[in-house]
Amino acid sequence: MESDVLVVDDSAAIRKILQRVLRQTGMAIRTIHEAGDGQEALEVMNAHKVDLVLTDINMPKMDGLQFLASVKASAQWRQVPVVMITTEGGETKVGEAVKLGAAGYVRKPFTADQIKEKLAGILESARPL
Amino acid sequence: MNLQPILVESLSQATAQVFSTMLGVEIVRGEITTEDGRQEGNDGVVSFIGLAGEWAGTGSLSCSPVLACRICAAMLMCEATAVNEEVLDAVAELTNMIIGSVKTDMETHLGPLGLSIPTVVFGRNFKTKSAGSSEWIVVKFHWEDETLQVKICLTPSGRSSHVMLHPGDGQACALDV
Repeated sequence: MESDVLVVDDSAAIRKILQRVLRQTGMAIRTIHEAGDGQEALEVMNAHKVDLVLTDINMPKMDGLQFLASVKASAQWRQVPVVMITTEGGETKVGEAVKLGAAGYVRKPFTADQIKEKLAGILESARPL
Repeated sequence: MNLQPILVESLSQATAQVFSTMLGVEIVRGEITTEDGRQEGNDGVVSFIGLAGEWAGTGSLSCSPVLACRICAAMLMCEATAVNEEVLDAVAELTNMIIGSVKTDMETHLGPLGLSIPTVVFGRNFKTKSAGSSEWIVVKFHWEDETLQVKICLTPSGRSSHVMLHPGDGQACALDV
């Protein structure tokens, strides 16, 4: 079964790199949607089915933590796994993300293998039986 | 605490790791110097990112347009022959990753630090000046014939700002630091 993935980052460069890396992982991906901030990401989720979200934390308008909180507060979306992709290595924001229900996090800079490893079990466990 | 050797080591490792991981390039570290916040002339691409907390400051990358295009091409695996939005975005993200990594390292010594959204400037004959009196640590890196300059200043003061002066119109704008 193919998945629809949403990549959220204010950097178009990182969105482009993540698109390439996701394709390289060999995972069954149908569509990769993009958003430049949390607010735009919620609009994308309203318009399209999304099975997995990769999001930055430090973004303008609505940051990744606010976006994550909105997703987890929604009955419709709370089962969608959200993985944080961030330069934030400190415990504070990553810890907050985990408390809010993030499925995991990957530190920038990242390799394709790190992304693949992180996502390996997440999509499978998120699939409905 | 003498932060200088810690910052130099952190900057060096972060820059090498980001170039190696995201660009597939082994960058070579060059000269390490310090400078005060005096007004200085710039040509090319300069990025700034603010650090804030009990210690505050700014991280900065600067390079020629040629190197900025080369960075973009390697990072995004695309052709980049002139400085455009994609090139500036790649340099901004590079700044975010390098200084973000330094921020993480420094938090073990200085406590929690916040990181701003990066700002990138491209132009000729523009001047930058740090409003504070803090010392900048400057580390140069070489990629073939081009040089990347990575700078950082961090001071215990709660306030820091960086001002850009545009020659000709005399206007100044404070960057969000």
